[in-house]
Amino acid sequence: MTIALRFNNLTLGYDRHPAVHHLDGVVESGDLLAVCGPNGAGKSTLLKAIAGAIQPLGGEVERLACKARDIAYLPQAAEIDRSFPINVFDLVSMGFWRSAGLFGGLSRAKEARVYDAIASVGLTGLEDRPIGTLSGGQTQRMLFARLLLQDAPVILLDEPFTALDSKTTADLLEVVARWHGEKRTVVAVLHDDEIIRRCFPKALLLAREPVAWGETAQVLGAENLLRARRMVEAFDREAHECERVA
Amino acid sequence: MNASGWPDLMSALYDLLFAPFADFEFMRRALVGAMALALAGAPVGVFLILRRMSLTGDAMAHAILPGAAIGYLIAGLSLGAMTAGGMIAGFVVAIASGAVARATALREDASLAAFYLISLALGVTIVSLKGSNVDLMHVLFGNVLALDDATLLLLAAIASLTLLGLAALYRPLVMETVDPLFLASVSRAGAPAQLIFLGIVVMNLVAGFHALGTLMAVGLMMLPAAAARFWSADISAMVAISAGFGLASTYLGLTLSYHSGAPSGPAVILMAGAIYLVSMVLGRAGGLIRLLRPRHHLEA
Repeated sequence: MTIALRFNNLTLGYDRHPAVHHLDGVVESGDLLAVCGPNGAGKSTLLKAIAGAIQPLGGEVERLACKARDIAYLPQAAEIDRSFPINVFDLVSMGFWRSAGLFGGLSRAKEARVYDAIASVGLTGLEDRPIGTLSGGQTQRMLFARLLLQDAPVILLDEPFTALDSKTTADLLEVVARWHGEKRTVVAVLHDDEIIRRCFPKALLLAREPVAWGETAQVLGAENLLRARRMVEAFDREAHECERVA
Repeated sequence: MNASGWPDLMSALYDLLFAPFADFEFMRRALVGAMALALAGAPVGVFLILRRMSLTGDAMAHAILPGAAIGYLIAGLSLGAMTAGGMIAGFVVAIASGAVARATALREDASLAAFYLISLALGVTIVSLKGSNVDLMHVLFGNVLALDDATLLLLAAIASLTLLGLAALYRPLVMETVDPLFLASVSRAGAPAQLIFLGIVVMNLVAGFHALGTLMAVGLMMLPAAAARFWSADISAMVAISAGFGLASTYLGLTLSYHSGAPSGPAVILMAGAIYLVSMVLGRAGGLIRLLRPRHHLEA
């Protein structure tokens, strides 16, 4: 097995207060990993750290599969300016940024890949539509099409199916399954236990401290879930400096 | 119409539309200079509008005044000194207000307002203490009818640099505006693109201030761009339309000013304003008529 990501005694947080506390472990190449846990457990923070958007308070993330900027990352609340005059085709093409850069043209082949990506998320026919006219589900489909073009070995998804209907969720899960089939590493923050059990072979249960990590069926056992719920303590303003060592 | 009517009409049209520029060199110079401004100002204005920085342009225009004034103090009505002074003042205000916004609780718009107001008051004070009223008028309203070779070259150089710079920055600027998180996740280009863009804005305001004065310089940037938004929902089309509107305003404004005796800088901006108002009513993309009398909805 090859390792895609390794966490060494990783502590993440804001203003010195930890949101993820002393996490150790590895994500293997080709893993389809669900990160779950109660609100405030540090799931989104973990993805941000993997993407390189925040620096750890302690420990480190080792990215062995690729550089931080080659990781495809879909944040929870994409801050898209939907009033911007740009159409679906052009927005999806942004996925080629790493290979096209400032001036690189869109070759015939690449253009065909944009249409393919748009087709595989079921948006064919909407290429010329301004992005402001899309529904919430269509917007998420469009962002998945852009992820497809990024052609990244590691893909991070932060609550990608929140507020989507079951049809859209099923279609996008198919895209995720395709990535898994292509041996890409996918790490997704999810809340829906049923989806995790059905589609994600591995899971990490996080409650600020790591609770369990491994085969999904075992991780999502009743005992672990109960422990996770208890472990997210209240924010402590008087917290002392943590003296735990690796 | 009788047979002799045609030549009369043609010569009247010629007198109206072409004679001012054919007969007078200063009108041709004014036209060329203002067109260079309009051409470069168009894409800058479009990005200012899409990035919700319309008023930033206005604030920066006021901020360059003391720099130009200090240049004037040192070297009189010198092109080089006033240009350098204006650029320096513009960059100082842009960077200082950005730094204050990041380091303190004050938001960027408030800190920019604070800096440009101080800057403007300082500028007017310096000019009026040391110069005559004529000089003050020149700085505040420019003098598009007295563009010499050096100034024309400066305007052309700045316009060329602007177009080249924006061509290079086009993708990161668009991405930074639509989806800043995405750009940050794939590239480090966001912050430098933003800074260079601000530099381009300052450069164009300084160019505009020689021809139109500090108060009018923003007009040729913002009005055509705002008008273009009423005609297209596509950014590249907006840039082209906005350039067209800018060029038309300079020609119409100068012609109007020649025949009516109205001051030329304000006449150009008024024409741009007229185009904006007409677009607001007639525009296909969100104009008033479309809003009030929407077409019937489609089947699917």
